[in-house]
Amino acid sequence: MSVATDTRPKRPSTNATVKNWKAPIGFGIGAVVALLVFALGGPAQTAVFRVSNDSDRFRLADVALPAVAVGWFTAVVLTLIAVYAFEQVRNGRPINRWIPIIYGLLFMIGFLTWVVGSANIPSISLTGLIAGSVTLAIPLIFGSLSGVLCERVGVVNIAIEGQLLSGAFAAAVAASISGNAYVGLIAAAFAGTLVSVVLAVFSIKYYVNQIIVGVVLNVLVSGLTGFLASTLLSRDPATFNSPPSLPVISVPFFSDLPIIGGILFRQSIVGYLMYVAVIVIYIGLFRTKWGLRVRAVGEHPQAADTMGIKVNSTRFWNVLLGGAVAGFGGAFFTLVSVSSFSRDMTAGAGYIALAALIFGRWNPIGAFFAALLFGFFTNLQYVLSIVGTSVPSQFMAMLPYIVTILAVAGLVGRSRPPAASGTPYIKE
Amino acid sequence: MLLELQGITKKFGTLVANDSIDLVVKPGEVHCLLGENGAGKSTLMNVLYGLYEPTEGSILLDGKAVTFKGPGDAMAAGIGMVHQHFMLIPVFTVAENVALGDEFTRAGGLLDLEKTRAKIRDISDRYGFDVDPDALIEDLPVGVQQRVEIIKALVRNASVLILDEPTAVLTPQETDELIEIIGQLKAAGTAIVFISHKLREVRAVSDVITVIRRGAVVGSVDPSTSTTDLANMMVGRQVSLSLNKAPAQPGERTFQVRNLTVLSATGQRLLDDVSFDIAQGEILAVAGVQGNGQTELTEAILGLQPHVSGSATLKGTELIGMRARQVIRQGVGFVPEDRTVDGLVGTFSVAENLVLNWYNEAPFAKGLAMKPAVVMANAKAKIDEYDVRTQSAESAVGTLSGGNQQKVVLARELSRPLNLFIASQPTRGVDVGSIEFLHKRIVQERDSGTPVMIVSTELDEISELADRIAVLHRGKLMGVVPGNTPRDVLGLMMAGMTADEALGQSVEEK
Repeated sequence: MSVATDTRPKRPSTNATVKNWKAPIGFGIGAVVALLVFALGGPAQTAVFRVSNDSDRFRLADVALPAVAVGWFTAVVLTLIAVYAFEQVRNGRPINRWIPIIYGLLFMIGFLTWVVGSANIPSISLTGLIAGSVTLAIPLIFGSLSGVLCERVGVVNIAIEGQLLSGAFAAAVAASISGNAYVGLIAAAFAGTLVSVVLAVFSIKYYVNQIIVGVVLNVLVSGLTGFLASTLLSRDPATFNSPPSLPVISVPFFSDLPIIGGILFRQSIVGYLMYVAVIVIYIGLFRTKWGLRVRAVGEHPQAADTMGIKVNSTRFWNVLLGGAVAGFGGAFFTLVSVSSFSRDMTAGAGYIALAALIFGRWNPIGAFFAALLFGFFTNLQYVLSIVGTSVPSQFMAMLPYIVTILAVAGLVGRSRPPAASGTPYIKE
Repeated sequence: MLLELQGITKKFGTLVANDSIDLVVKPGEVHCLLGENGAGKSTLMNVLYGLYEPTEGSILLDGKAVTFKGPGDAMAAGIGMVHQHFMLIPVFTVAENVALGDEFTRAGGLLDLEKTRAKIRDISDRYGFDVDPDALIEDLPVGVQQRVEIIKALVRNASVLILDEPTAVLTPQETDELIEIIGQLKAAGTAIVFISHKLREVRAVSDVITVIRRGAVVGSVDPSTSTTDLANMMVGRQVSLSLNKAPAQPGERTFQVRNLTVLSATGQRLLDDVSFDIAQGEILAVAGVQGNGQTELTEAILGLQPHVSGSATLKGTELIGMRARQVIRQGVGFVPEDRTVDGLVGTFSVAENLVLNWYNEAPFAKGLAMKPAVVMANAKAKIDEYDVRTQSAESAVGTLSGGNQQKVVLARELSRPLNLFIASQPTRGVDVGSIEFLHKRIVQERDSGTPVMIVSTELDEISELADRIAVLHRGKLMGVVPGNTPRDVLGLMMAGMTADEALGQSVEEK
């Protein structure tokens, strides 16, 4: 049997390389920006990052960073990293995979110090910044998880936006009428599932292009909820559009821990559900019989079929489940974030969730962190506009989207989606 | 277990893929289904495996009629199948692939792969498979992947094992090992259905041969039947299996390849420092198992690969660095390995496909305008010359059979004066009758004084056409040997020995 193992066409890596200059060039540009803006343009102030509030049980000292010194420090280190990357590529050696992460963190520190230092009030709450990021990320995470569930089984879910929006609408109306926020939460899951039913029937049963069905669903949901909001809801907002909010449930003691307390232990039920969903879906996909079958269907439906797995019904139920998950995310908008539904209030969160899904490499944990990153930049924009920064607010509003483009186009590289994602399974 | 198929008919619309087929497979017997591509062998097996529902007819197991709603039912009844294109998930491990559909679980539906691993090790030891349960499928050579497929069937206690064109992707040595495995399974009482269109191996492995042509059984014969008789049954008329070509008259070595290297996007050496010459009036055949750099070699010469270094000169002109159009203008004819993807535009007419590489120049065009009359006249002439079976020159080329499509590609590429002719897999998926014709045309081109390079994974075709044979293994050239080199030597070279080592070992064994 020894000869057979010799014919493998794939080789382990050899010393030859194709030179890819993307990383050093990107690093170089970042280093130049750091030098010109953070270092040379550094404000002569000290940026203060508050870790604790006065009312906290545990208090940690604030972090105070002199803007100019930090600016120069980051500019120099970033330049060194860029030079290192350039040398590695020139000599055909790989770049250590921690380097981009270190680079990103340093750049963030430099940027934050500069932007806070040049604000009118050079002081922000770090805890508030992070806690707010998590809160803003919640609908994105639910949306991404919906995408993970659908794409892992081979159906592209562009309709996340529509699922979120329908969830938000249903939650508002159901909670208003019943007077119970939890009824709204369940209604949201149903509404998301309903959108999924349409997606599933058209893409799985009738082989309609999945992207087109998804886009059409988004437009349809936007139009329908917009119409109902401007007629039914605005006519009698007291009955139809004044949902009670989901209460924040604090875990005693733990919720008082610095930084993580607010993130992990002072959330609404939707926030806790989010953590549970990430973990359950991760374990489900990668550790259970169900997950093995789901992934098989998304990678190679014909192989799954020959092993006696019902491809299209697996797909159907998974897409429905994805819709329910996205529906929970939609409920966040009207039951946690604000207390009424307004037209197109999801404002593209579904598309950002799609980006988070890709950035997170179709993995629930990856999608979680990617969504957190997007949430962070969205929140940063809010925080900075409060402290009064010199950067124009329009530019700040663009931040999350610029980060999305950079993350998806530049940093992801060649990640591999489930092989059969987007292709209907047609049996003769 | 005794398996009987009675009067199986399967229709796709108006097409009759299987026409009342009867078949009996006994335990401990290897039953070969012999037929050309498209004869209906795979359709029949997909019916048996529950993937297709038969239009008419019945399946009997030990005399009892059964119906399969899906592969799950077939597997439960003890039927296992190794598909021609392996049904393995490349990003899963061996254990995950074997477990799929028949998983062991702990509480809460959590996967218990340890039990599956133990079963794989058990079977692997019993038959000497040498398969690691935790290896990723995409990292395994095809020979091992095939064993994983067999394990999948054995884990499910298959007593009938269907092997669909199992040797298509194997080296001759791997084929020998497979035949050994089949022997062991047979001895253990498994009934085996062996599907193939290769006469040699069918005779080597089977106890009974049933020949299928155009969806119907032609007859069942003994494996001692001669290859010529089998071929005649398969094709339905007299075919000559040997080409009887005249010896080559090599002239000047006008095509020279030096240190040609092709890298993948991630830096793997797909083709590694390959050098050879081809003389005018000779055929150099490139042999090797699929995926060992053949595609990259031809595409690098044509200018279709990024990351190429080294040189390829034709009559002193450097081809590397040119774009494909410029290379074609140097008088290079090219038959790509997958005609439906790279060779033809399926929805275009036969006439249009016949001028795909020359459509914008005289005589087919003048300025911005094409000349439909000239294109049509050209098409009529080529259709006659190459005996392309098509309803008309305006028919979409995608509606033609594989053999006729390949004739269109060859007609186009050979229709102008050439300085070099490269054909990749010139007869893949082509019926035996057309193979004969295509081979003759290629030899004719050689005899007109063109250097010819043929890439093929079929050793029969290599031996048939080659004046000299170059063997590739993992992108490296193992050597260039004479056209009459024995198959076992070629097999050893395809598995990674140099020409000298292979000759040495071959002599030793004898």
